[in-house]
Amino acid sequence: MAVGPDSILVKNIREKFGQAILDTVIFRDAVSHLIKKDILIEICSFLKEDPALQFNFLSDVVGSDYYPQNPRFEVVYHLYSIPQRHRLRLKVKIEEEEAVPSVTSIWKGADWAEREAYDMFGIEFEGHPDLRRIYMPQDWEGFPLRKDYPLKGYKDRYNPYGEEKKS
Amino acid sequence: MGIAKNPLEGLVQFTTLDDIVNVTGKVVATIAKTTKMDTVVDGIVSWGRRSALWPMTFGLACCAIEMISAGCSRYDTDRLGMVFRPSPRQSDVMVIAGTMTKKIAPAVKRLYDQMPEPRWVIAQGGCASAGGPYNTYAVVQGTDLVVPVDVFIPGCPPRPEALIYGFLMLQEKIRKEMPSVFARYEARQHS
Repeated sequence: MAVGPDSILVKNIREKFGQAILDTVIFRDAVSHLIKKDILIEICSFLKEDPALQFNFLSDVVGSDYYPQNPRFEVVYHLYSIPQRHRLRLKVKIEEEEAVPSVTSIWKGADWAEREAYDMFGIEFEGHPDLRRIYMPQDWEGFPLRKDYPLKGYKDRYNPYGEEKKS
Repeated sequence: MGIAKNPLEGLVQFTTLDDIVNVTGKVVATIAKTTKMDTVVDGIVSWGRRSALWPMTFGLACCAIEMISAGCSRYDTDRLGMVFRPSPRQSDVMVIAGTMTKKIAPAVKRLYDQMPEPRWVIAQGGCASAGGPYNTYAVVQGTDLVVPVDVFIPGCPPRPEALIYGFLMLQEKIRKEMPSVFARYEARQHS
């Protein structure tokens, strides 16, 4: 199914939210919207409830680090509509130490995905019911997938080859 | 020459680990003292120890699949007296089968501590030996940083034959140990 600028994935959403959609990219029939953080909850509820869109499945929530760019982080939401069989990607750019509203109230499946983004990048999700680490031990220091975290980790009793910790 | 008293008299009840160390240590030391035949006693004790090496059923990554194969009918470690046990309390050998992350390291240490002495450790595969390809923030760079390892087996993962060879090497190592010397030392420590 070819997706053009007239597609409901582009047109309906751009018409409804206008200025809050900062950028739209269509690449190989995949649509990505870069949106303002303030309308995240609103747009997500709309995408889920609208009868023509029906994005009832949140495939994934991921973080990415664009260090040393500013704003540094990006949170990406991959959506899928099981009844309509179409996909959509939403992106939100955030600064370091800035929180994103949690979408667990809309899709329950966001719970663990947001915990993963928190564990790896330290992105805080406001309103998440249980925001703690999911992969790393609870007492872990730092966020391993950040660009300024050393690949080999910091030197400790389990890793004599790691980088010395800067104070 | 003869044994003055029945050395098995004390072997009635083992309630704690200390009891076992105490009693077995004293018995072996008594035999060794009365017979003056350390080598014979050592031979018997180490034969007993190496002939029934019970590994713990405990796997961390893909090496565990090879360990399972080694335990199944094609390679059949049972014929060599190696019967996998479901509890650290019943095990003599811990096979560290796979990549040990920093998160699982405290659990591995704990399982090792729960095993009764004498106990041995085999590090199976590149990851368990030195971190393997994972020189990253999350992986322990060699399990000898956590528990004392007796035998390192190279491979990624090592085939069941390699694991069995590692067990045979461990048996060889146990054969060369001198339990009577250790027991006499232990008896002196406990008297």
